[in-house]
Amino acid sequence: MNNDSQGPLWEVFLQKKAGQPFVHCGNLHAYDKEMALQNARDLYTRRNEGMSIWVVPSSAIVASSPEDMGSFFEPANDKIYRHPTFYQIPDGVGHM
Amino acid sequence: MGVINFEELFEAKLAKNEMIEPKDWMPDNYRKHLIRQISQHAHSEIVGMLPEGNWITRAPSLRSKLVLLAKVQDEGGHGLYLYTAAESLGTSRDEMLDALHTGKAKYSSIFNYPTLTWADVGAVGWLVDGAAIMNQVMLQRTSYGPYARAMVRICKEESFHQRQGYELMTHLAFGTPAQKEMAQDALNRWWYPTLMMFGPPDVESPNSENAIKWRIKRETNDQLRQRFVNQSMPQIDYLGLTVPDPNLKWNEEKQGFDFSEPNWAEFKNVIKGNGPCNKERLASRNKSHNEGAWVREAAMAFAKKQNENYQAA
Amino acid sequence: MSDNEALFKYTLRLGDTSLILAQRLCEWTGHGPFLEEDLALTNIALDIFGRGKSMLEYAAKLEGKGRTEDDLAFFRNDREYFNALITEQPNGDYAKTIIRQALIDCFDLLFYTELAKSKDVTLSGIAQKSIKEITYHKRHSFSWVNRFGNGTEESLTRLQNGLNDIWSYTGELFEMTEVDTLLIKKGIAVDLSVLKPLWEKEINQLLVKANLVLPESLYMHSGSRNGLHSEHLSYILAEMQSIPRMHPTAKW
Repeated sequence: MNNDSQGPLWEVFLQKKAGQPFVHCGNLHAYDKEMALQNARDLYTRRNEGMSIWVVPSSAIVASSPEDMGSFFEPANDKIYRHPTFYQIPDGVGHM
Repeated sequence: MGVINFEELFEAKLAKNEMIEPKDWMPDNYRKHLIRQISQHAHSEIVGMLPEGNWITRAPSLRSKLVLLAKVQDEGGHGLYLYTAAESLGTSRDEMLDALHTGKAKYSSIFNYPTLTWADVGAVGWLVDGAAIMNQVMLQRTSYGPYARAMVRICKEESFHQRQGYELMTHLAFGTPAQKEMAQDALNRWWYPTLMMFGPPDVESPNSENAIKWRIKRETNDQLRQRFVNQSMPQIDYLGLTVPDPNLKWNEEKQGFDFSEPNWAEFKNVIKGNGPCNKERLASRNKSHNEGAWVREAAMAFAKKQNENYQAA
Repeated sequence: MSDNEALFKYTLRLGDTSLILAQRLCEWTGHGPFLEEDLALTNIALDIFGRGKSMLEYAAKLEGKGRTEDDLAFFRNDREYFNALITEQPNGDYAKTIIRQALIDCFDLLFYTELAKSKDVTLSGIAQKSIKEITYHKRHSFSWVNRFGNGTEESLTRLQNGLNDIWSYTGELFEMTEVDTLLIKKGIAVDLSVLKPLWEKEINQLLVKANLVLPESLYMHSGSRNGLHSEHLSYILAEMQSIPRMHPTAKW
C-alpha cells in the first residue's frame, strides 16, 4: 500500500532500563523519523514503559520465513559442544 | 516427503496452543475473519472515544477532567494497537478507515447510544468497559500473535477504566439527591444496551466452531452475559441503585441471577443504523478525517522533501 | 497590595493561563487529523491541565479562604479570570492550533526556566517539573510548524493565516503590572522584559525556517491582566462550569 495516506508503518523498540536490550513493543504510523520518534514516545511510554526508544521503518525489517525454520535453526540443535555444560571440569578447581 | 503441508503445520500450532505469526501460512478464512474482527474492534475503540469525549470540556472537577482525558486517550491508543495488528494481516489503515467512514464496517453498537449526563461517563466506564473487559481478557490468549499481544497491553490499561467509572458512580450515588437520581437514570439507560454487548442469545448464534478453534472465543454469549450480571449485582447493591428489570432475582439452583432479555428488536435496529447516534458518530468521524486530509498531505510532502521516502508497509 | 495578595494574583494568572489553554487543546481529543497526532496533542493537554491544577491548588492555599482549586476553576466569572488572551482564542484549523502552541511553548520554556529560580519554593517546584514537559511540547509544535511551512502550498497558507490571526495576542504575554514589579523585587516573579528579545529571536528563526512572514500590523491586544477578555472566554466558562454551577453543593 504505497499510497497509504496515513504514512508508512514503523516498528517501535523500547529499552526499559539502561543496559537492558531493546525490546519490540509495537507499531505506529508516521511520515518522518522525527515524528516517528515523537509518536513512539506519546504512544508507548505513557506509563513509564521505557527510557530509550528506537524506531525503524517496517519496510526495513527482513524476516526469516516459516519455510526456513528447518534449515535455519535445526542445525544448531546438535552443536551441544557450544554450551558450557558439555565440558567436564574436575571437582576441586572451583567455579569456572 | 519434502513438501511442507502448511495447513497441517497451522493446525498443529493451534493444537499446541502456539501463536500464529504474520509471516506464517494461514488459511484465507482465518485471515479474513481476523481482519474483520480486529478492525471492528479497532473501530469500536475509535468511535468509543466520541460519547465520552463529549464530556471532557464539561468534566465537573479538575481531577475528573484529567482522568477522563487520559481515559479517552487510552481508547485511541487501543484503537491504534489494534489497527496495526490488523495491518500485519495485509490490510492498510486507509482501507480500514475507508470501510468505517463509508459505513461498510461495523463497530460496537453500544457507542450509538448517547451520553446525556455526566453520570453516563461513569456508567460507560463501569458497565460498558466492564463488559468489554470480559471479552478482552479471553482474547489475550487468542491464536494470532499480534492480536494477542495488543490485547495484553490493552487489558493492562483497561483495568483502570472500569475502576474509574465505578468511582465516579460512587461519588454520585453517595452525593446529593440530584446526583443519585442522575446515577440511577444512567444505569436505567445503559443496563440493557450493555447486556446486548455480549451478542444475540446462543440459540440464535450457534457457536462458531472456528471461533473456538482459533481461540477467538472461549465462552458463549449467554455464559458471558450471565457472568456479567452476577458480577455486577453486588456492585449495584453497594451503590444503592436498582436494575430496571422487575424479573431480576437470585436463583439458588443455578447459583446466578435470573434476568430479562434485552430488546433484541432494538439491537437489530441499532446495528442496521437506526440507533440514536449512528449518523452523528459517523458524521463526526468523517468530519475529523476529512479536515485532517491537508495535514496528512503536508506531512507526506514534507517527508518527501527531506528525502525520507520510507516505503509504506 | 500585600505580598501574599500579589503572589495569589500571580499564581492565579499562571493557573488560569494553563487551564484555559488546556481546555482549548482538549477540544481536539477524538478529532485530531490522524490517530497518532490525536494522542500526541492530548498528552500535551494533560501536561498543561496538570500544571494549571497545581497552580490553582497553590493559589487557593495562598488565598486562605477555604476555597479549593475546583472552586477557583468552576465558580469564578470571566472578569475574575486572568488567563492570557491568546489561550482563549478558538482553535481554528490544525495550523492555527499549532502556531498558537509554538508561540506559547517558546514563551513558556523561557518563562518557566526563569521561574524555576524563583525564591518561592512552590512556584519553583512546579516550574522545574514544567520545564521538562514544555521542552517536549516545543519540540512537537516547532516540528509541526516546520512541516506545515515546508509541506504543501495549502499547509503554508493555512499556517500563515493562523499566524495572522493569533499574532496580535502575543504582546500581552510580556505585559507586567504592579504584581510583577512587587514580586520581581522579592525574587519571586520573572522579569518578562528580559524574556522578550530572547523570544523574538527564537520565533523569528522559526518563522524564517517555515517561510512565514510577520503580519504588517503591529497592534497588540491587551486586557487579561485586568480580567478583560475577548468574547470567547465566557463561552468557554459556560461550557466548562455548567455542571458544578447546576449542582453547587455537589462533590465530584
